[in-house]
Amino acid sequence: MILLVDILLLAIAIVLAARAIFTKDILEATILFAGYSFMLAVIWFELNSVDVSFTEAAVGAGVSTILLVAVIALTLRFEEEEEKSILRNYFAVIACITFFIVLAFGLPDLPKIGDPNAPHNLHVVPRYIKGSYEESGVINIVTAILANYRGYDTLGEVTVIFTAGISVLLLLRRVLK
Amino acid sequence: MKETRRGIILRTNAKFMVPFILLWGLYVLTHGTSGPGGGFQAGVVLAAGFILYAVVFGLQETQKIFPFRAVLVIASLGVSIYAWIGVFAIIFGGNFLEYGKIPLAHDIAESSKLGIEMVEIGIGLTVMAIMLSIFYTFVQRGD
Amino acid sequence: MVLDIIDVILTKYNYIIYISLMTLGFYGMIGKSNLIKKLIGMSVFQYAIFLFYISIADVEGGIAPILVEGEVTYTNPLPHVLILTAIVVAVSTLAVGLSLVIRIYREFGSVDENKILMRLKDD
Repeated sequence: MILLVDILLLAIAIVLAARAIFTKDILEATILFAGYSFMLAVIWFELNSVDVSFTEAAVGAGVSTILLVAVIALTLRFEEEEEKSILRNYFAVIACITFFIVLAFGLPDLPKIGDPNAPHNLHVVPRYIKGSYEESGVINIVTAILANYRGYDTLGEVTVIFTAGISVLLLLRRVLK
Repeated sequence: MKETRRGIILRTNAKFMVPFILLWGLYVLTHGTSGPGGGFQAGVVLAAGFILYAVVFGLQETQKIFPFRAVLVIASLGVSIYAWIGVFAIIFGGNFLEYGKIPLAHDIAESSKLGIEMVEIGIGLTVMAIMLSIFYTFVQRGD
Repeated sequence: MVLDIIDVILTKYNYIIYISLMTLGFYGMIGKSNLIKKLIGMSVFQYAIFLFYISIADVEGGIAPILVEGEVTYTNPLPHVLILTAIVVAVSTLAVGLSLVIRIYREFGSVDENKILMRLKDD
């Protein structure tokens, strides 16, 4: 974790996300959202999580951008509402500030980043790391957990993806030749 | 509906890049056990290759290569492969999805590795087919 | 009490950045009235949550979780597994949400929430 690089990447990510939410042009929001996903993929690569960074770069900056652009082509590109300042949505702003404060209350209890004795690094993870070659025969620990130790969950996830595809077909099917 | 013919730079680049993207997706799928990669990543990369071809050359051309019904069949095939390997493990005396008991190789670790690789192929096929079918559904021109 | 807050802010500033990203996404979901903007806000929120999970998985001096020879410490691979499937599920949710937006547009001719509610009231 190189400190300055991390802070720079996070700052770029926040600026991109903020601009994506507050702009009136939805195509601009889509491209900024793709940039935000790619910044996140770079941050995760720098945090030594290569599988997740790979998937995020392919999915966030690839597939979801193309889906959003396809929907913009079918509907409208610009937001329709009139000019209205942010304080008109006072209920939304109060809800967001409450959300922030409630989450910030949990900050003192969170572990220091990078601590090897934090509770989430201790119970079952050493067994997975040790058993990845002895019991599962693969050297990619993430694949061993995904397909062997937690294989039932992965079957459920594949079913969820399949169901999402079927739902899209049900909603939008015009002619199935 | 007549579809637009893209410029020569786009067409040449796409013709050059799509085979490499598909080949790389296949590499990521089969090397999921010895490096970063695996089913989910490979599925999305393969779908991205086909979507690039469809964006540059049009939906009709892509449906000649990979028709819609074939996409749905492959999606169902992926989930079936995963579930049936689990059932095979029960047939040979283990729990559901316990790959060590399927007698594919001489010890538990080797059988587990082969079971994981087959399951990753199933995951990759389903993810690729669903991403592609969602894309086809969004950009279709039904009349 | 103020010294406590300043101490927390200085040592755990990265969590504050993650919480601000989550709040930005949350505001996009409930404060904007365009339906596609709401979906983009939902995705920003989801990716900020994944960022939080992956950042706590890192271990000081650890390497990527692929086995190599020798005695090394690996980063915690369990959150990687959870987030890997969560990413693909997030894009599936986005796809279903977008197809709902297309249907709503075909039915009502608008993707603005207030205009759709007014049209529903008129019927």
